[in-house]
Amino acid sequence: MSALALDRVGVDLDGTPVVLDVSCAVESGGWLAVIGPNGAGKSTLLRAVAGLLPHRGTVALEGVDTRSLRARELARLVAFVPQNPVLPADMTVAEYVLLGRTPYLGYLGGPGRHDRLVADRAADRLDVARFGGRRLATLSGGERQRAVLARALAQEPRLLLLDEPTSALDIGHQQQVLDLVDELRHAQGLTVVTTLHDLTTAGQYADRLVLLDAGRVGASGAAPEVLTAALISQVYSARVQVTSDDRGRPVVTPLRGPEHNAGAS
Amino acid sequence: MSASRRTVRAYGTAVAFLAAAVLVSALVGAADLNPWATVAALLDRLPFIDLHAGLGPLDRAVLFQIRMPRIVLGALVGGLLSLAGAGYQGVFRNPLVDSGLLGASAGAGLGATVAIVYLGGIGPEAVPVAAFVGSLAGVAVAYAAGAAGGPGTATLLLAGLATGMFLTAIQTLVLQRSTQDIQQVYSWLLGSLATADWHQVVEILPYAGVSTLIVLVHGRHLDVLSVGDEEARTLGMSPGRVRLLVVAACALAAATAVAVSGLIGFVGIIVPHAVRRLAGSSYRVVLPLAMLFGAGFLVLADTLARTVLAPGELPIGVVTALIGCPVFVLILRTTRSVRT
Repeated sequence: MSALALDRVGVDLDGTPVVLDVSCAVESGGWLAVIGPNGAGKSTLLRAVAGLLPHRGTVALEGVDTRSLRARELARLVAFVPQNPVLPADMTVAEYVLLGRTPYLGYLGGPGRHDRLVADRAADRLDVARFGGRRLATLSGGERQRAVLARALAQEPRLLLLDEPTSALDIGHQQQVLDLVDELRHAQGLTVVTTLHDLTTAGQYADRLVLLDAGRVGASGAAPEVLTAALISQVYSARVQVTSDDRGRPVVTPLRGPEHNAGAS
Repeated sequence: MSASRRTVRAYGTAVAFLAAAVLVSALVGAADLNPWATVAALLDRLPFIDLHAGLGPLDRAVLFQIRMPRIVLGALVGGLLSLAGAGYQGVFRNPLVDSGLLGASAGAGLGATVAIVYLGGIGPEAVPVAAFVGSLAGVAVAYAAGAAGGPGTATLLLAGLATGMFLTAIQTLVLQRSTQDIQQVYSWLLGSLATADWHQVVEILPYAGVSTLIVLVHGRHLDVLSVGDEEARTLGMSPGRVRLLVVAACALAAATAVAVSGLIGFVGIIVPHAVRRLAGSSYRVVLPLAMLFGAGFLVLADTLARTVLAPGELPIGVVTALIGCPVFVLILRTTRSVRT
């Protein structure tokens, strides 16, 4: 049974269909990257899976329709990291990570010893425990992203949804964060679904890609099947060259158009 | 580890501050009470403590029938206003909102004015009841208007602003048509605890208790809400329900305070702000600490109100505004420097 299965999922925003008839599946422990041009519906699809937007069709987690789950039950299975998480300036890192335990707490209850233990472990895993007492406002971009991931991990989810997890990071920190996510899914059997802007990166980390084109699935499969120069130039209206790295993964290189050489005679 | 030590120290400071405020207020006034005898008489009232105070019958009456009811009522009012301010700040994720928000003050002002101008025949009891009802009605109208404009806190704040201006306009109209009541209306609007007695204390206790309990229970929920509605939902929380419950309880707390004291501003802003400086930003700690510090602050402010112009009195709302305005400006400056 798939960890996550979408069956003819559609989402409307203000009455306009933004995602249409998307069907795809991810195996447990797999990494699915949702790619596509701006406005193709990547984030909308992810938000629908997270339960933030109503949708048509079915989203099933390990065979269970998410609509049959209460918000708290869903939050124990799915952690969602938005593209721009809200980090309360004066909250400490430790307090923030502990928020990940919210779906496990009763309405009147507070976090217990087990909750603190899980949160501490998550903070350790992402190497933010050593600055647990610092205010969130003082963190660098990479540290913030790790703190947010630690909070998501404290939810002990089965499925981790990351919306453009690397958009605010430089190339080194991008790789660090994605390596970390990869490590987590192998160590904890997490299933990962990300939207990713960078096509080469998507091909390097995800084991399956879904290319959205105007809300519909334009192509899906392993990286070499989806990341072809023909498909990319058609969907993105871009000029690219696709080569392979030493492990056979596609490398997408943008090519600039005809040069207007003003100095030529 | 250090965070919890910080919390313990903050609670210790809060209790000491409140105790000191009560003591100062009990000792200051027209009648000169012997400090040691006063302390002994107060301690004697605590459970398990039996002391012979040595206060004469007249001094006892001054302490227990005049000063203490006013101190206790002031402490309750200050605690409720600070709690409501802190609660609203959590709901709206904005440290600059006050307990008079969402049409609460304007509604209370209109209610009290209508009672003074038109319901004078019923007797003075009509004023606090009308202020209480007006305050709650103001918040209800603002909430309904804001909810109609869609989800989110900005709409709600704007709806509150519009409601407040509308209610104030009506109140001004009522007042303008009956100028003979202006002085009485204004003395109510500016706030006073001069008529405090034990009866008032007992009357507001149930409302104070219920609203306090509901707000305090939601401290953790307000912490979750600080990451925004959307992320709070992905953590399994229902932001709309929490917001409605906390706003309702804060409105009840503020209306209870306003009913017995008139309009007292700034307490709900500056006290929670000071508490955050002292004990961090978690609402689980900020809410109870704001109550304790707010109680002490208002007792001290009222002591100033009744002594500075003795035997006359300053309106307590003027005292809190004179202290609160400069502090508010200070908060604006420091908050901005944190944000950038």
